[in-house]
Amino acid sequence: MQPAAFKPVRDPEVQAVTIGDGALTVQLSGAWDIRALESRVRALQTSLQEAVRAGGARWDLSRVDRLDHIGALLVWRAWGRRRPPELALKDEHRTFFESIERPAIAGPDEAAFDPLGLLVALGVRAIAVARHAYWILRLFGQVLLDAASLVRQPVLRPWREFSAGIYSIGGQALGITAMVGFLIGVVLSYLSAEQLRLVGADSLIINILGIGIIRELGPVTCAILVAGRSGSAITAQLGVMRVTEELDALSVMGISRTLRLVLPKLAALGVTLPLLVLWTSGVALIGGALSAQIELDISAQQFLSGLPGAVPAVNLWLGVGKGVVFGALIGLIACHFGLRIQPNTASLAAGTTRSVVSSITAVIVADAIFAVLFSDVGWELR
Amino acid sequence: MKAEPIVEVSGLWTEFGDHLVHRDLNLAVMPGEVVSLVGGSGSGKTTLLRQMLGLERPKRGSIRVFGVPLRGSDPELLARIRRRWGVLFQHGALYSALDVFDNVALPLRELHAFDEDLIRDAVMLKLDTVGIERRHAGRMPFDLSGGMVKRVALARALVLEPELLFLDEPTAGLDPDRSDAFVALIRELHLKLHLTVVMATHDLDTLVSVSDRVAVLADQRVVICDELREVVRCEHPFIRNFFLGERGLRALSAMRAGAPQPV
Repeated sequence: MQPAAFKPVRDPEVQAVTIGDGALTVQLSGAWDIRALESRVRALQTSLQEAVRAGGARWDLSRVDRLDHIGALLVWRAWGRRRPPELALKDEHRTFFESIERPAIAGPDEAAFDPLGLLVALGVRAIAVARHAYWILRLFGQVLLDAASLVRQPVLRPWREFSAGIYSIGGQALGITAMVGFLIGVVLSYLSAEQLRLVGADSLIINILGIGIIRELGPVTCAILVAGRSGSAITAQLGVMRVTEELDALSVMGISRTLRLVLPKLAALGVTLPLLVLWTSGVALIGGALSAQIELDISAQQFLSGLPGAVPAVNLWLGVGKGVVFGALIGLIACHFGLRIQPNTASLAAGTTRSVVSSITAVIVADAIFAVLFSDVGWELR
Repeated sequence: MKAEPIVEVSGLWTEFGDHLVHRDLNLAVMPGEVVSLVGGSGSGKTTLLRQMLGLERPKRGSIRVFGVPLRGSDPELLARIRRRWGVLFQHGALYSALDVFDNVALPLRELHAFDEDLIRDAVMLKLDTVGIERRHAGRMPFDLSGGMVKRVALARALVLEPELLFLDEPTAGLDPDRSDAFVALIRELHLKLHLTVVMATHDLDTLVSVSDRVAVLADQRVVICDELREVVRCEHPFIRNFFLGERGLRALSAMRAGAPQPV
């Protein structure tokens, strides 16, 4: 069989002619396939519509050399989605119109406007958030139960996973947390120095930096960095394990995924984040002290000796405590979203994003709760 | 009337590092025929298909599709060639970020020639052709079963009205029922639209029911490319093993008995 591809092609044409009894006949000729139409579809559409408007009820398509579904569609749509009363067609072209006329294609579908749509969407969102919170709580409970069972069965303790977690969450984050912490110390110090100089309360810079960094900025900055860095990694890792069916493989071997995967990560975060908080706060204080020396002529020695007096030690414990809570929150949220990823790439991307956004939000909400609960604690008594 | 081959592979050598995949391979596919590439695992079926699509670089030899050499031709000409073929990848290769409708509409939209209304009708038509109901048009690829992914991918391959269709393992991963239905669909399309089809497969039933000719890949080359009954007579060990094993005989006897093909 010789394919149409190798035959010489004539351009598609529309001609209206009057023959015999004076009725108008529209003749189509040439190649009416996608490759011929591609470049001149608009002109042809216009001339088809003109022919229809001129009252062309008799259509002659027997001179069409090549036809395909696109060409047939174009003509059929010009007819107003039904065949004209008189139609001459080559036998081999019949099939194209037959498949177009099946009911599945005919007629557009309208999306109905729902006035309550926005409210419904809001409610759906709220329920989804509540449901996530519920599942996160359940996950936490399961992890606690696992931890209790480990006390009785020390053989099962996942030490390797735990230490690997400490290294990847803590060890590898030392550089970035130090850099960010240092810069925050510098920024805070410069900003406060300007204000303090105005009122001549230079030495209060120790209080501002001490309380601000140890109690607030150190833990929050550190938690946000870890949520972005390790939270996303945990979610993606669990998600990929879902995609590759590794989670199912664990299940059928009777290995608890909370015990093997969630617990060690959670424990590693809970241990590592407070340490990272101390590290970040320390470096931030160094940055602040250096800037204070430059801006306000307060020597590093003066800064260090003034710090214990200005910042009661309970602030340090508050910072460390926040670290533990933030770590647990990040771990729980990351694992929760990781375990809920569907086995496909779109869900993996969405889950990772949601995990990071949720854990950063949760950290800031928890920080606000801390601020309210401990508002009477840790201030210098004069 | 002597027609020119629509796909012509001559003297093809393919190498991956030290591993020689094709050694002086020749194959010609004539317009309007269905050619199946068969061979054991690792015999280079998929690689040969990828060579014909221009996705791999031959070490030596040339490949012409529609008479145009894939290497060294004008990029614009090649782009035009690419619109005249449709490809069904083994796992469908649907774009995971787009829903069923947008996946099928994408090649048409990329032409920037047709208005959205016409595209809508054309996409619905193609989905109908492959048996996907319009209520599934808004679903995402991950939401589809394996059989539906293949059918949507076929609709996407057909949307630019190709003259040449490449199928890579069209029935792999489908249950026998679905697989038969898919083969019937391909045969119907072939009869209706006079497509030329090149397909890599190792499924004997598919092979027996749709192929005009079978090209057997073994020893890094096409050992024989002929009608099935000629191929079966060949004395090559792979062919004896493949066609005259238990499974092969079953499929062939079904063909000889003229058993009605399931629809």
